[in-house]
Amino acid sequence: MSTTLTINGASSTLDVDDDTPLLWVLRDVLGMTGTKFGCGIALCGACTVHVDGVATRSCVTPISTLKGKSVSTIEALGATPAGKRLQAAWIKLEVPQCGYCQPGQLMSAAALLGHTPHPDDADIDAAMAGNICRCGTYVRIRAAIKAAADPAAVAPSGAKR
Amino acid sequence: MKSTVDRGGAAQVVVSSGLTRRSFLSLSVALGGGLVVPLIFPVKGSRAAATRSPASATFAPNGFIRVTTDGRISVIIPYVEMGQGVYTSLTMLIAEELEVPISKIDVEHAPADDQLYANPIHGFQNTGDSLSVRVTWTPLRMAGATARTMLVCAAAARWNVPADSCRAENAEVLHPPSGRRLTYGALVADAAVMPVPEKVPLKDPAQFKLIGTSTPRIDTVAKSTGVAVYGIDVRFPGLLVASVASSPVKGGRVVKVDDHRAKAVKGVTQIVVLDDAVAVVGEHTGATRKGLALLDISWDAGPQGQYSTETLVAELAAASKRNGVVATKKGDVAASLATAAKRVDAVYQIPLLAHTMMEPMNCTVRLSRTHCELWLGSQAATRAQSAAAKITGLPLDAVEVHNQFLGGGFGRRAEFDVVEQAVRIAQKVDRPVKLIWSREEDVQHGFYRPYYYDVLSAGLDSSGTPVAWSHRVVGSSIIARIMPRFFKAGLDEDAVEGAYGPYTFPNLLIDYVRQESPALNTGFWRGVGSTHNAFMVEGFIDELAFTAKQDPVRYRANLLCEHPRARSVLERAASLAKWGDPLPTGSGRGVALAFAFGSYISNVAEVSVAPSGDVRIKRIVCVVDCGRAINPDTVVAQMQSGIVYGLSAALYGRITLKNGRVEQSNFHDYRALRTDQMPQLDISLVISSEDPGGVGELAVPCVAPAVVNAIFVATGKRLRTLPIKPEELKRA
Repeated sequence: MSTTLTINGASSTLDVDDDTPLLWVLRDVLGMTGTKFGCGIALCGACTVHVDGVATRSCVTPISTLKGKSVSTIEALGATPAGKRLQAAWIKLEVPQCGYCQPGQLMSAAALLGHTPHPDDADIDAAMAGNICRCGTYVRIRAAIKAAADPAAVAPSGAKR
Repeated sequence: MKSTVDRGGAAQVVVSSGLTRRSFLSLSVALGGGLVVPLIFPVKGSRAAATRSPASATFAPNGFIRVTTDGRISVIIPYVEMGQGVYTSLTMLIAEELEVPISKIDVEHAPADDQLYANPIHGFQNTGDSLSVRVTWTPLRMAGATARTMLVCAAAARWNVPADSCRAENAEVLHPPSGRRLTYGALVADAAVMPVPEKVPLKDPAQFKLIGTSTPRIDTVAKSTGVAVYGIDVRFPGLLVASVASSPVKGGRVVKVDDHRAKAVKGVTQIVVLDDAVAVVGEHTGATRKGLALLDISWDAGPQGQYSTETLVAELAAASKRNGVVATKKGDVAASLATAAKRVDAVYQIPLLAHTMMEPMNCTVRLSRTHCELWLGSQAATRAQSAAAKITGLPLDAVEVHNQFLGGGFGRRAEFDVVEQAVRIAQKVDRPVKLIWSREEDVQHGFYRPYYYDVLSAGLDSSGTPVAWSHRVVGSSIIARIMPRFFKAGLDEDAVEGAYGPYTFPNLLIDYVRQESPALNTGFWRGVGSTHNAFMVEGFIDELAFTAKQDPVRYRANLLCEHPRARSVLERAASLAKWGDPLPTGSGRGVALAFAFGSYISNVAEVSVAPSGDVRIKRIVCVVDCGRAINPDTVVAQMQSGIVYGLSAALYGRITLKNGRVEQSNFHDYRALRTDQMPQLDISLVISSEDPGGVGELAVPCVAPAVVNAIFVATGKRLRTLPIKPEELKRA
């Protein structure tokens, strides 16, 4: 039995059990390793992708639930205007450290900007609290989201000198 | 380790080129005519270079700088990138002297090679102890300066002009009087046959163009676009994947496996049964995880099947009654305690902690009868290499380690247990295999930060000034296992690191009692000895200040006569935090101070405690003096990072055992701080021209003590055990 998925606009037919989590289809079958494995039970957000624009934990999303839906991943984030602004802000504010959680952080942030173009701190808390960063880049992630939402007012990330 | 690090500052590094012209030439030839300057550590026989063909040298070059005739400039960085920014800061050290912009440099992961790349303090290739910048500060600048000097000399010879009439700039050598210029690439052939100068001058720091300037990290773009490759991302044709269940009890064994349901899962190719683990191998991890869940494994728990945290604490409490090995002794503590106007005693305890890096442990192995290749992110590549060689029986140089970006390390990736397990699995599988641990495996099979059970006593004179300080450290020795040559006469220098802080006491006794538990593994955890001891010391000194009815900042400051830089960060933190300003009821400020990794740090935490006992961290002011900051923005980032790591541990971190099994399993019961719990962070960096200190772990030690000291002010409750438990802070 095969399943056909639409990922980043392209159609893929997969010969795997339809209860297979999307995460492993992306990483191991399609070779799209930008989406990360962190916990396996939707606790850390490292595996976040968009399903029809909604931030979704791919580690607990069986591909059977994705028929007729559109999946997008970190690999395609830069192709969207908001994604491009987010990535530019991430780079400008030097957000990543180890970087492993950042694809998931970016996908959650992009989904946030998708429904709330100018988020306040409470919006950011609500959208981003599901994404753990063990390097503790939260201050810069917050600043980068605000910068991407309002590129004219980029907050500095540096120290008081 | 600390025994060879000057307490006054950065590591003392002996710079030696160790290279004869002959060995230099042989290296150059082996690398296909490139100019190679591996002058930092002696190249004893240049074994690796001699055995590698020019083609393979592209993948595993020797040395730290490589310039090829096509103009490509590469640096090989032996300290791994796990978030702390060393790929950028160490490249900056070279680039500053080499006169090449960072943007023109390719950075490569170093291969496993202790002869070329050993950490000079640890004696093997190891990224840890916040040493990377400290041990390379002079050698990597020397490497850059030597390469630049040779390129300039090569150009001068080509033009037949004095070398001092030429200068290097932007990867070119210029001769200003004639306007001539040559790229580094064009000079490679000439420079490669020149003798290596014995000694070259380093730049006056006033001339630094890069060092001290916030510089974009070389890995930021890759890590913001999903293209950075971690160990877990390694892929090549024919690769299988594996999921594993290891014995839930240390020392346990597999008795019986019913795998008929697992084998039936589409995509599962094989079940591998080891003595102490069962692995499901297959075409993709979705299949192997599904298969693993369908295995029915019977375990023999072995002798530790009844072990619990209570057993551990009882063992440590009993051990604390033994006399320890003396680490530091000054004056007569016993006599001074007996005659002091007031005596204060306390027991401080900190729990076992897991590391929970975001990237779960993994290792990819390609094994043949003659060769073994490993792909993983490792803080200690040669330990991984040796582990694989030992299991396979292959010679060391038949084991190749391809290091990758680390999705967090924190000390956990200095261990090689996952390498051993992956190689054992690979021995039973016909194709290469990538082993990925589940988060549950990661939490339950850690090398945990040891549980410490420390006994502290102090004597105060009639003015409240401490005249005696004793601190007995009781716990596991990581050094004895990992770096036995530093474990001398029963003393673990790391375990007692910072056991009296930066303070001066007229009578002082630090001793150490080693107590190992058979039921668990212990390992380095971000902040190592300093993190453990700062909690004890900064909590206890706070107790002394309140016992003496003195201000905790002033009290500390009066004891810092040997460390003016400590006094300076302390007072600056207090000032920035508006230390004396009143706060609402149920709120408090607490301070902590540490001298660690050759750097100074002080944190002031502001907290509020609800009647329910829930603690909210409102703000943390952090002042750091790490000497000269190579990449100042990275220093700030590391302070932000360490504070979050320290807060996670202070608020939530605790591994417990029951029936020999770790009770926690994933991020729901081994929690990490999330963004909605973040305090305001105010980081302040002292501008300094002292030699660089370490920063990667620096912010961790001062977090928990600042917070518990603030909780004391807010509630009157002195917490001497972590993590912070709201139920203990509940007010009627």
